Amino acid sequence: MRTASGNRPWTFYALASVFVLFVLFLYGPMIVIYVLSFQGPQGGLTFPMNGFSTQWFHELVVPGRSGDIAGSFRRSVILAAIVTVATVVICVAGGLGFRRRFPGAGVLFYLVIGSLVMPGIFVGLGISIGFQLLGWQTDWTVSGLGAQLTWTLPFGLLVMFAVIGRFNRSFEEAARDLGATAWQRTREVTLPILLPGIIGVALFGFTLSYDEFARTVLTAGSENTLPLEIWAMTTNVTSPALFAVGTVTTVISFAVIGIGLGSIALIQRRRGRGAASH
Amino acid sequence: MKISPALASWLQVGPLAVILVLFFGLPMLVVLAASFFDFDHMTIIPTFILDNYQDLFTDPTTLRLYVSSLKFAVIVWVITLVVGFAVAYFLVFHVQSLLIKIGLFLLCSVPFWTSNIIRMISWIPFLGRNGIFNQMLMDAHITSRPLEFLLFSDFAVVVAYVHLFTLFMVVPIFNAMARIDTRLIEAAKDAGASRFAILWEIVLPLSKSGIALGTIFVVTQVMGDFFVVKVMSGGQSGSVVSALSNQIQELQYPPAAASAVILVIVLMLMVAGILRVVDVRKELAT
Repeated sequence: MRTASGNRPWTFYALASVFVLFVLFLYGPMIVIYVLSFQGPQGGLTFPMNGFSTQWFHELVVPGRSGDIAGSFRRSVILAAIVTVATVVICVAGGLGFRRRFPGAGVLFYLVIGSLVMPGIFVGLGISIGFQLLGWQTDWTVSGLGAQLTWTLPFGLLVMFAVIGRFNRSFEEAARDLGATAWQRTREVTLPILLPGIIGVALFGFTLSYDEFARTVLTAGSENTLPLEIWAMTTNVTSPALFAVGTVTTVISFAVIGIGLGSIALIQRRRGRGAASH
Repeated sequence: MKISPALASWLQVGPLAVILVLFFGLPMLVVLAASFFDFDHMTIIPTFILDNYQDLFTDPTTLRLYVSSLKFAVIVWVITLVVGFAVAYFLVFHVQSLLIKIGLFLLCSVPFWTSNIIRMISWIPFLGRNGIFNQMLMDAHITSRPLEFLLFSDFAVVVAYVHLFTLFMVVPIFNAMARIDTRLIEAAKDAGASRFAILWEIVLPLSKSGIALGTIFVVTQVMGDFFVVKVMSGGQSGSVVSALSNQIQELQYPPAAASAVILVIVLMLMVAGILRVVDVRKELAT
């Protein structure tokens, strides 16, 4: 809200300061642990930096030194990839389905919201007791996967709702008037238009699964995913190796976020150019 | 072949419904059933007893844990609400360029897509006895000795919660505010309304649904947390779920299930209370 003279009101500066402090508060501590993960061999968990080394990163790959980081990392990436694909397929279909009113829509919607706000460990507890009663072993590829989907699907669906809310249905109607079948309409009109949103759903699917802890802790079975391994480290590792794993996992997250947001930006830019040239 | 619209919708939402019923709906019913089960050292024994609930309600620690959890929830709610509202207000009303607005919004959102555990741990070198914050205080001669209460305390727990959950307040309030018709504010200004009056009588009421959604999210997240309170309090504070997770570690599933059922009922009452005050459906419908 600019004042008539074009000067910014004092509230702008006050709120801008709050915003800057908030961003510092968000990123400051995270940046500190990235720096500290390069501690020298004698360095501790806090400043001063005692030299500079990559020893704590090496420690992560030495088997047995700080648990099974490499194995848990591999499992987390595989699981996140499966969750991403499942979340995209299920949420895109679900989002399109919710465009019509259908019997049971309300109940299903409450199930989605319930799944979103339910404390994660309760979901894990129920799945774990259920498996126990059935005499099945919990395993990250089955119970772990299902538990994580109860977290990623609601987010994915809400993203789809937001995307579809902005979708102009006249494109579909035009395609129908030109004789496109339902499948052609979906594949060649609806999905391409929704693509940036769908990439957003994938981004949520991957990152939420890759970092999921509360729902996975009771459902992963005998083999840990990375967040469970990190959780175990917080209680028994008191060296900068803990920060090193934090740096590595954050780099992976940032890479995924960068790819996701970058491709959305690219598509939007191409579209902007396409619209301008016509 | 022509299929009815309702059937088409169900084919599309079918996989969603199946997964949520199998891995959310049924497990919740299992928790409810298990809360009436008996158990011994290794196994749970399906039966119907009320002992788990009786133990829960007669144990004085139950009330203490609820007071502790509620205390954290209220403190964190107030802080995240004030900060989240200010941040959202700044982004919506003070940042004019759409590109910068999106950029700053993403700047706030990116940490949400990284590990919660790592973000929590990152406070340890900051708040510790020899941590950065204490160094700064001593360098500035504000204190002569390091403050001990910063890490492994309720203070650290609140800091970590605010760090993790403020975004859940920012996003829904941002969405609600972004929908406010700016002409309304212009009109109020022309009619001579003060900045405070505009905030209090226009922006705040129209952001209510966003505040309610954020509140539901923050409160359920804090009440359902166990790992932040375990690590950041150094084991000195407890919450309902941290006690429950201890029971799970000791394989006492039925009492843990009873405790979960009661907490879910408490959370549902809180959410129902919030929804009574604010009609959130309006928000979700658009």
